[in-house]
Amino acid sequence: MTTSTPSLQLPAPAPLLTRTGWSAFIVALIVVCALAPLLNLVVPAGSVFHMSDYAVALLGKIMCYAICALAMDLIWGYTGILSLGHGLFFALGGYVMGMYLMRQIGRDGNYKSELPDFMVFLDWKELPWHWMLSDSFLATLILVVAVPGLVAFVFGYFAFRSRIKGVYFSIITQAMTYAAMLLFFRNETGFGGNNGFTDFKRILGQPIATQNMRMLLFVLTGLTLLGFFLMARWLVRSKFGRVLQAVRDAETRVMFSGYSPLPYKLTIWTISAMMCGVAGALYVPQVGIINPGEMSAANSIEIAVWAAVGGRATLIGPIVGAFIVNGAKSWLTVTAPEFWLYFLGALFIAVTLFLPNGVVGLVKKFGFGSKNKSDDKKGGTQ
Amino acid sequence: MTPDLMEEGARRIAAKAAPVAPGQTESGGRAAGFSRIATPGEVDITHGRILYLEDVNVSFDGFKAINNLSLDIAPGELRCIIGPNGAGKTTMMDIITGKTRPDSGTVYFGSTIDLLRHSEPEIASLGIGRKFQKPTVFEQLTVFENLELALKTHKGVSSSLFFKLDSAQSDRLAEILHTIHLAGSVARMAGNLSHGQKQWLEIGMLLMQDPKLLLLDEPVAGMTDDETARTAELFLTLKGKHSLMVVEHDMGFIRTISEIVTVLCDGSVLAQGTLDQVQADERVIEVYLGR
Repeated sequence: MTTSTPSLQLPAPAPLLTRTGWSAFIVALIVVCALAPLLNLVVPAGSVFHMSDYAVALLGKIMCYAICALAMDLIWGYTGILSLGHGLFFALGGYVMGMYLMRQIGRDGNYKSELPDFMVFLDWKELPWHWMLSDSFLATLILVVAVPGLVAFVFGYFAFRSRIKGVYFSIITQAMTYAAMLLFFRNETGFGGNNGFTDFKRILGQPIATQNMRMLLFVLTGLTLLGFFLMARWLVRSKFGRVLQAVRDAETRVMFSGYSPLPYKLTIWTISAMMCGVAGALYVPQVGIINPGEMSAANSIEIAVWAAVGGRATLIGPIVGAFIVNGAKSWLTVTAPEFWLYFLGALFIAVTLFLPNGVVGLVKKFGFGSKNKSDDKKGGTQ
Repeated sequence: MTPDLMEEGARRIAAKAAPVAPGQTESGGRAAGFSRIATPGEVDITHGRILYLEDVNVSFDGFKAINNLSLDIAPGELRCIIGPNGAGKTTMMDIITGKTRPDSGTVYFGSTIDLLRHSEPEIASLGIGRKFQKPTVFEQLTVFENLELALKTHKGVSSSLFFKLDSAQSDRLAEILHTIHLAGSVARMAGNLSHGQKQWLEIGMLLMQDPKLLLLDEPVAGMTDDETARTAELFLTLKGKHSLMVVEHDMGFIRTISEIVTVLCDGSVLAQGTLDQVQADERVIEVYLGR
């Protein structure tokens, strides 16, 4: 029955990015690496084109959030596993970086001691064991991904092996985050208690609060976001990514097709946690503080809101969502602080009811309604 | 124990009594060389059985879904399973594919592989494909991507990350696309297919796995008469190359494809034979028409 059949044109693999996708990507790259530093550092403060230090700090922070939203999208949008524990991975990365920054203060703290101030206050005489590697910047860079990655791997292995799914998984991740928050709140665990770490002075021996250093951190964050975007795109357009979507849509069929879902879920879960850890490590030097409040339930839920608002299972959606929601947040908390939480709640309800595919879904519906299916699904970047 | 198994046992005993020629060994009642090598993971069908269930029992909260079920299927056979609702047909498939663990009993694939020791993905990789009662395809992926995922290849994470379809695999994919009449819908989302087309796609996904044994749970439910006829045609071409176990309620369809029909009732085999034989069986009539 096969010899007589006409030859069939099978669809070619999708490119990493479409032509418009690459153009948009390069524009974003130029904005982050050239335009923003130019407007902030070179254009004088009085000019209309000047980018204020406040804007740099805000956008830098939002780009860290966007990395979290992207990480959330990989695990929730593509694999269908809603995590309410990504705030923990973000905070773990932040704490690792915070420990390094605390050690960089050296003898310039309030107590003029080798040890961080809070340890002197607690009357500790030497560094606890888990601060051993905090003097090394290289070790810090490794631990920023290794610590959240390891926690996620161990937790994920047991959760996925027990076939915990859906809302149960979400609740357990939330509980894990809450437990970690309580642990970090305690003084004797050596993470600075409820004050956390702050008052950073230097990074790699350079003063941390200068305009140049802020700009450098901003550019690094932007590059990381763009790099992670490409990585995520490569992941989801590989067969690996399609297996993840298959797990989301019909896990039993995946198993009966000969795939064991456990390693797939575990891989993307760990990658997602590592991305959040990096975001946290970039966040801490920019905002200058990390405390256990970052592990509160609301933070993890907000990450899910960003992804949902922007559009799940479209990589650009969660990034857009993080910008929209956090932009609205910083505007509303200044103009009408009491309405922010109502707005967030209303936004989430509205998106759930009317925009199941988020803002990006809305744009596609009205902007590119006539596009063919494969373009529609694979999406551009911007 | 089914009658023909008992007959085969009797034949073996008789063969044992007969003198064995030097240089021969006794294997499944037939003469075979000494040097037959059993490869792990390879199905051994030299004993003439690809699937063998004996005295399997399953109960859910005290309800005996499967009750001392014994059944066997020969290589290349197309076996139809019928039975009233709740007879345990789907549960039996759950046991074979590793979804449900029986309380007791043995389930063998070939004569060497104990299926009760394997997980669902392992059983699928060993060569047992299953189609669900409700068509289960990946709705958010295209027809092409659905088939590509089902393709028989390494299914680990790293091989999936760097997977590229080679030309032999493309040919295989194109061949299956024609077989299941979906060549014109390669780029369509599986979720947008009609019910019958989803059934075909799922059958196509099974064929991509190149299974030795196919378990098909109500494969023609929701199909038009024309589609049903084409499915029957397809199954008849598969017979011989693959072993098939088909659960169906459509008697017309069964009449077209069946050789041997097994009637399940209350979790065990009630009758077995050609469709005419079982339809004439009084116990079967009683079960189907009520007392």
